Amino acid sequence: MLDTIKTIETPEGVELKLTCVSFFARGCAWFLDTAFQVIIVVIIIIILVLNFNNVGKGLFLIILFALNWFYPIFFELYNQGQTPGQAVMNIQVLSIDGTLVNWKASFIRNLLRTVDFLPFFYILGIISILLNKNFQRLGDIVANTIVVYKWELDDHIDIKKVDSIAPAMTLNAIEQQMILNYAERFNDFSAERAEELALLAKPLITPSVQKAFERQSSNEKYPASKHLLAIANYLMGHK
Amino acid sequence: MNQAQFIAQHEQQWLILEALIRPMLIQPNDFFQEKIRALEPKLIQDADFSSLYRKVCQHLSLAQSRYYSPYLIKRLSLLVEQAHQVFYNFEQTYAKNNVFNAVWIFFSQTFPQTVRNEIKWLWLSSLFFFLPLFFMIFIIQIWPEFVFRIINPTIVQSIEEMYDPQLTHIGREREAGSDIMMFGFYIFNNTSIGFRTFATGLFLGVGSIFTLLFNGLYIGAIAGHLTSIGYSSTFWSFVSGHSAIELTAIALSGAAGLKMGFSLLIPGRKSRYQSLLDAAKISVKIMVGAMFMFFIAAFIEAFWSSSKMIPIYIKYIVGISLWILMCLYFISVGHTRNKASNET
Repeated sequence: MLDTIKTIETPEGVELKLTCVSFFARGCAWFLDTAFQVIIVVIIIIILVLNFNNVGKGLFLIILFALNWFYPIFFELYNQGQTPGQAVMNIQVLSIDGTLVNWKASFIRNLLRTVDFLPFFYILGIISILLNKNFQRLGDIVANTIVVYKWELDDHIDIKKVDSIAPAMTLNAIEQQMILNYAERFNDFSAERAEELALLAKPLITPSVQKAFERQSSNEKYPASKHLLAIANYLMGHK
Repeated sequence: MNQAQFIAQHEQQWLILEALIRPMLIQPNDFFQEKIRALEPKLIQDADFSSLYRKVCQHLSLAQSRYYSPYLIKRLSLLVEQAHQVFYNFEQTYAKNNVFNAVWIFFSQTFPQTVRNEIKWLWLSSLFFFLPLFFMIFIIQIWPEFVFRIINPTIVQSIEEMYDPQLTHIGREREAGSDIMMFGFYIFNNTSIGFRTFATGLFLGVGSIFTLLFNGLYIGAIAGHLTSIGYSSTFWSFVSGHSAIELTAIALSGAAGLKMGFSLLIPGRKSRYQSLLDAAKISVKIMVGAMFMFFIAAFIEAFWSSSKMIPIYIKYIVGISLWILMCLYFISVGHTRNKASNET
């Protein structure tokens, strides 16, 4: 229940990390979808009210049936596993191996919605989500599907290019990665915060800070963060 | 190899792969749009998706094991994730682009084959459904008051009024355009009942059994009662047309639910979970077929059964022919095995 990450190993030997969605975000998506469905029904009633005779009633019932059962199935199949509500919440229905749901899985999970709804208001579904390690409701368990967050790449960050400096000591891989991460996030920090964080890497930046201190030059502001950025450039391979 | 060299060496391949999957995504990433546009179109045309995909997977593994920057790893894993979704979805994509072909294969092969394979569940579900039905018809002929033990007297009365031979219309009350209204009602009501019969089967089959027994008793009580009070000409001629398809669809919904429920109860050599997954995949095929049968039955019930223009004996003939045709469909259609039918 605490670990929301579902790791999938693909046949190519790569691990994909998917983040499972618990019942709150899914509930929000469900409310949004229900609201959309109600809006559609209201629009149809307005259209049909002009001639709400028996033909209108018949069409209305057919549309109600289709909305009730096929709204989620349609969007899961034709909108990459996302109903409009799920698209707003940025979540997605996937098969348990990380591929898009097929029609069988989509039918199963949406027909079994009836069971998840029991005894009232998705009580069984919520209990099932809370107990299941992949946050699956009963329909998901039977259909072998999961609901995951669909994440997107942030804007492209290029590490700021400055003249590179070799680090004064050997860094292991994880340390290198941390410095690269720092450099990638550099633009999000205020200059003071960037300096503050850079000062944590004491053994690396001490020489340059000392130098700046010795020179007493006032135009040399934030020496530590500049030095760390230069090291990041070195690690990246920018010359 | 440092990160800058790594990117310089391989980025073109990442962009080509991204360009290949882009048309298949609803919301493509726009961060590398300019770089993709700068690619030569020939590179994208000549690209081989599968080998490219495998290469990019390899790049992701390398980037992870060499602890390249988190952004690069994230970029590559998103690309792999999306390509993975597209790559392992070709069958689905094919079916989506050829819906009519997929539907044709389903009804000409998959559906009757599945029903034949799972015939024992259909027999079991028919037992729960038709046995109480005929039992009720039979017992009410001997003991007519028994109907009031099953159905509320006011409801019995309203049903009697619907099938009164004096009326010009049978079934529910009719006005202009009411056929279409009833068509909508039957689709909404009957199909939803079928779906629920299937879904509640998840509780070890109990929900399906209950719905089957209840519907069997109810329909049997009405049929028995109307026969015993002498309304048989209106009632039986009304139901004969759609009886074959609708009653079988109910039994099939029950069969699908029973198969799913009993897969948990009697998993055989599989684990309970695996047994449930496998059963559900088969059950859903039966259910989708049953759904279309409900639609057809609703159409017949609304537009054919209710008509008073058609002589009674023709209705009986059509009703019996539909039973025969339906049995023939399940017995004889789809004996040739097509490769495509395995999965669609």
